[in-house]
Amino acid sequence: MTLRNPPLREAHAERDAKFTEFGGWDMPVEFDSIRAEHAAVREAAGVFDVSHMGEIEVAGPDATALLNRLTTNDVTTLDPGDAQYAAITREDGVMLDDTVVYRLPDEERPSDGANGGAVDAGGDDAGEREGPEAVPAYLFIPNAGHDAEMHERWVDHRDEWGLDCEVRNVTEDWAMFAVQGPDAPDLVASAVDDGGPDVRDLSRFSATFAPFGGAECWVARTGYTGEDGFEVLCPWSAAEAVWALFADEATPCGLGARDTLRIEQGFLLSGQDFNPEDEPRTPYEADIGFAVDLDTEFVGRDALAAQAEAGVEETFVGIELLDRGVPRHGYDVTNEDGHVVGAVTSGTMSPSLDKPIALGYLPVDLTDPGTEVSVVVRGREKRAKVVSVPFE
Amino acid sequence: MSFDVPDDLRYRESHEWIDPETGRVGISEFAQDELGDVVFVELPGEGDAVDAGGEFGVVESIKAVSDLYAPVSGEVVGVNEALFDAPELVNDDPFGDGWMLELEFDEGDLDDLLSADEYADQIA
Repeated sequence: MTLRNPPLREAHAERDAKFTEFGGWDMPVEFDSIRAEHAAVREAAGVFDVSHMGEIEVAGPDATALLNRLTTNDVTTLDPGDAQYAAITREDGVMLDDTVVYRLPDEERPSDGANGGAVDAGGDDAGEREGPEAVPAYLFIPNAGHDAEMHERWVDHRDEWGLDCEVRNVTEDWAMFAVQGPDAPDLVASAVDDGGPDVRDLSRFSATFAPFGGAECWVARTGYTGEDGFEVLCPWSAAEAVWALFADEATPCGLGARDTLRIEQGFLLSGQDFNPEDEPRTPYEADIGFAVDLDTEFVGRDALAAQAEAGVEETFVGIELLDRGVPRHGYDVTNEDGHVVGAVTSGTMSPSLDKPIALGYLPVDLTDPGTEVSVVVRGREKRAKVVSVPFE
Repeated sequence: MSFDVPDDLRYRESHEWIDPETGRVGISEFAQDELGDVVFVELPGEGDAVDAGGEFGVVESIKAVSDLYAPVSGEVVGVNEALFDAPELVNDDPFGDGWMLELEFDEGDLDDLLSADEYADQIA
């Protein structure tokens, strides 16, 4: 399979980055040392190239309605510049993906129905309108390799429901960098061109356009490391200039450190901690029920309402190994009787805590912190206990 | 990137080295770089026997697990227990403080191993 390259593939190679396939992309996994990169994010600032993340724009009179039908959270609460975490579920409530939805500034559209090929809402008053109208616009971020599937899903549902909006897969229009760590706010603020906004004024889960290196970028106070920081989307053509603004000041980090950082926080990795084929999980099982609003009518809502009523049988927990060893994806978890009760979905030696940690699903009667379990490492049971996340 | 390949050691294609003088065994600088940050090493105990080409332990980095293969057959007469508390020694000093085992072995087994030049060619 031919891998997709981020715009800075060659620049990373010149820095002696090591690469890995992730979601169909050839991405830097490590520039120097995962441990050092991890520490830089916890203690100062690191910058990640996350251009493998998808970007889908949805704009038009019915954009809000479409997003509210396809994501589990309530998009109507968003004002321009707001961001929201959500799951994307199928009819049975199983998660296909998780995502961040950004509400962009409204778009100006001609009011004559010339909406770029989207389904005409069929209103008979189109000819009475004059001048452009403001329509809502959104950008959402599917996980790596999911952009085509999500674009197709949005278009199919738009057409099925006769909604009026454009859906554009702009994954290869936007590069994306995450600048994370306690020093990130000052660093990103100083990288904004003169006359641009002070991004330190952004609250968590809010975003704005700002110029970096002469390029208009979308900068959001979001991230997936547990640290303060920003995600910056810049035009693909400006990637090198914008990356340099950050990489000269922050430690370039690969996906290896991103993985250890998010595991320490107990954050889900799409495709690994949940996926519809091998690890079908609902948002409640995955412990992200906060991203589900049952007052909206989304695909999967009825199944999730039933599960909310009945309760889950298994849920996502943190596990700490007490014996020496490293828990890895797929390792069995056993109870005190030696019966297999679950499996590790993500695991690592925590660089910050210097102990082996894991994430996985266990029956709810085994999820109280302190519950003793074992993780089977190469055929040997290693003592472990359930702990709450973030790991401490 | 070029890696150190000491002349006085012999090598296995799977990147383990043995010092013919001391019987010490470890992994090469190239191998530790490929693995990245080593976080765990599992080794046999003193008195255990190892077989040439057979697995004798495991080295784990943050991102990968790798089996370790014995360059020669022999008896384990020393284990670098410092690695249990400081596995990063494998990264910091793979040919020195990051050694793993000391073996008593039959010198004839060395004939099946790579010279430093041959190993350097392999990783070039």
